Amino acid sequence: MGRYVVRRLVQMVPVFIGATLLIFLMVNVMGDPVAGLCGDRQCDAATATQLRKEFGLDKPVWQQYLTYMGNVFTGDFGTAFNGQEVTELMSTAFPVTIRLTIVAILIEVLIGVTLGVVTGLQRGRPVDSGVLLLTLVVISVPTFVTGLLLQLLLGVEWGWIRPSVSSSAPFGELLIPGLVLASVSLAYVTRLTRTSIAENRRSDYVRTAIAKGLPRHRVVTRHLLRNSLIPVVTFIGSDIGFLMGGAIVTERIFNIHGVGYQLYQGILRQNTQTVVGFVTVLVLVFLLCNLVVDLLYAVLDPRIRYA
Amino acid sequence: MRGARHATWVAGAMALALATTACGGGGDSGAGGEVLSSSWTDPQNPLEPANTNEVQGGKVLSMIFRGLKQYNPKTGEAEDMLAERIETTDSRNYTITVKDGWTFSDGEKVTAKSFVDAWNYGASLKNNQKNAYFFSYIDGYDKVHPVKGEQSAETMSGLKVVDDRTFTVRLSQKFSSFPDTLGYNAFVPLPRAFYDDHGGWLAKPVGNGPYTVESYTKGSEMGLTRWDAYPGPDAAMNAGVTLKVYTDNNTAYTDLMAGNLDLVDDVPAQQLKNVRSDLGDRYLNTPAGIIQTLAFPHYDKAWNKPGSVKVRQGLSRAIDRDQITKTIFQGTRTPATDWTSPVLGAEGGYKEGLCGEWCQYDAAAARKLIEEGGGLPGGQVKITYNADTGSHKLWVDAVCNSINNALDNDRACVGNPIGTFADFRSKSTTQKLSGPFRAGWQMDYPLTQNFLQPLYYTNASSNDGKWSNEEFDKLVDEANAETDPARAVERFQKAEAVVRDNMAAIPLWYQNGSAGWSQRLSNVALNPFSVPVYNEIKVG
Repeated sequence: MGRYVVRRLVQMVPVFIGATLLIFLMVNVMGDPVAGLCGDRQCDAATATQLRKEFGLDKPVWQQYLTYMGNVFTGDFGTAFNGQEVTELMSTAFPVTIRLTIVAILIEVLIGVTLGVVTGLQRGRPVDSGVLLLTLVVISVPTFVTGLLLQLLLGVEWGWIRPSVSSSAPFGELLIPGLVLASVSLAYVTRLTRTSIAENRRSDYVRTAIAKGLPRHRVVTRHLLRNSLIPVVTFIGSDIGFLMGGAIVTERIFNIHGVGYQLYQGILRQNTQTVVGFVTVLVLVFLLCNLVVDLLYAVLDPRIRYA
Repeated sequence: MRGARHATWVAGAMALALATTACGGGGDSGAGGEVLSSSWTDPQNPLEPANTNEVQGGKVLSMIFRGLKQYNPKTGEAEDMLAERIETTDSRNYTITVKDGWTFSDGEKVTAKSFVDAWNYGASLKNNQKNAYFFSYIDGYDKVHPVKGEQSAETMSGLKVVDDRTFTVRLSQKFSSFPDTLGYNAFVPLPRAFYDDHGGWLAKPVGNGPYTVESYTKGSEMGLTRWDAYPGPDAAMNAGVTLKVYTDNNTAYTDLMAGNLDLVDDVPAQQLKNVRSDLGDRYLNTPAGIIQTLAFPHYDKAWNKPGSVKVRQGLSRAIDRDQITKTIFQGTRTPATDWTSPVLGAEGGYKEGLCGEWCQYDAAAARKLIEEGGGLPGGQVKITYNADTGSHKLWVDAVCNSINNALDNDRACVGNPIGTFADFRSKSTTQKLSGPFRAGWQMDYPLTQNFLQPLYYTNASSNDGKWSNEEFDKLVDEANAETDPARAVERFQKAEAVVRDNMAAIPLWYQNGSAGWSQRLSNVALNPFSVPVYNEIKVG
């Protein structure tokens, strides 16, 4: 197990380097960011040259990349155009997005798995059809529609929540945004769990467990659910990274100043340092989540072993 | 057994993750008393006076700073604030006397040196100030801010401190409107703290205006409170302002509707239809010193040949400004009839109808003009714009539709979107565009000069189309040297007529500033820069 983890961690290095290089090149292709810094007026040549020098934009791209990576390994992610350290931006943005992601994942797991189990056990009954229809609706309606609708109804019409999240973004205020963010994945988790449960219900080991005279809840939680959760765990694991990077729409609607907001600003202002820095961290999160998912397999199914 | 051990390990990791992330938030600032909250956008540059060139940063500077002059929020006229006297005999050498009794909010006295040091800082190349060119009229600027190479002086030779309250300015050329430019944010004085602890100052700026910065969380919120010892005549009528950063002005508007926000100074285009019924008379839509034009690549042979003037005039006549401003902008833009802005007023140089028939829609005349001019270069015009911000796509498509209809040709005009503003700017400033492109201009100070010289003077800072005309340059030089304001304006208008006769750029419309506010507020107004006059707002 230990060796397996180490091997996986080493494998991350080339992925990490490749991903950052790609992002770096892509942002650079967009052109000269200094041109946009002076608004609808041209920066005077001398200041522009000076700024380019300060941000290292006067060097060839490969050299910029090497310098950048060198700095990253010492924990220096560079400076955004507004004079803030990118690490400072990260330290304010990531906690917010992580909280939002946690809320979303918890909602996915709690509601999604529960609904999945209920519908899986009662396949073909009205409850099943109802939830299936509901998930279909949720999947087909875009997130920003759900978000704006909930914001308008709960925030403005009924006044139950604040339409925008305050800058400290505590868990309580993130419940609705988290629900919006989780909605599509929630539907998938429900459907995955449902199919998996319905399939395993007829398997030999479940029949054996029932024949042994085990109580129903024990059969469901210890035998049926544990085996059925493997595909769900895979999905949720990869979803963590996806939710963190893809929170941009939800964050914009509810005015949450998280990773999505910073990435959006970074791209608008063509701020290589911000974009590459944030994406780098997101890539890491994604890779780590995948590792954790693989490790969780062993927990759920002891037959799976890693050498 | 093995499974159970793993389970505890996972649970432990989850608990740790929860614990480490849960402590990230800070306390919510309680907005009590008579503090009002207002929407804001994260400033693009560090908040230094000579480094701030957009509205959002400028908004803060105009709350925490007062300069020698202050633009009247209603008339836009430059009135003395810290300046007791600004004297000149030749429009080139100025003696400025600073009023007594002004201090910064940290107690330091505002002296002549506070200004001279701040201006030298702003002009110096090594400080990377994006508004450095504002000091370019001052003698010695080329030494501290050379076009190429290292700077050869630390301070500008044209600035001299005479005594505590007096300093002299020598300009490199005659510029009679110079005192009127001094209301711009770049010219405010700076306290010693700015130089001594620069990082600390940026984290919490200290100025001499009616408000002081109480708290500043970059990217999310700035709390400003009334400075009770403020010596000026325009003290704040409210206890303070909380500026909240919104990523989307739609959310800000929603928050206003839900009662969580007091003031929105940018009503989103999508809400314009219902804003009257939502807010009634708590909505304001007044002209601002902003004009939208279509600029041309005069550096391109295809747009700079004998018949080109007629083609440009034809295009101008093919644009139905009335209809576009009504349908696309719901009346928040006014069709332009000159190249300046109504906020200048007739005395200040705005001349309604200066563009004449060239700005009036007439399909037949448009067709004829373009034909006489040799047709559209390449048979098609591509209007370049940035698609990331603003609703540029909307109006560019409408303009193209109008041109296509007028010319009875579906392919006469198409939009050419560019992904980001930065990319758009880098293409337009390096002369890489081959067709007309959008050119918005927001004035720095309410002067005709500011609408003409930076945009159309040969090689001027914003003359991206590289238009050049000797007669125009000569008239502008004369106007700048003119000591009598009325005669200066007259010269500028003559210069503007040259712009018209050559159709250097097509004027489209003047932009309005908009604001909506909650029932708690009264006495809300926008100044000519479309920024709310915060100090006059009453709460409760």
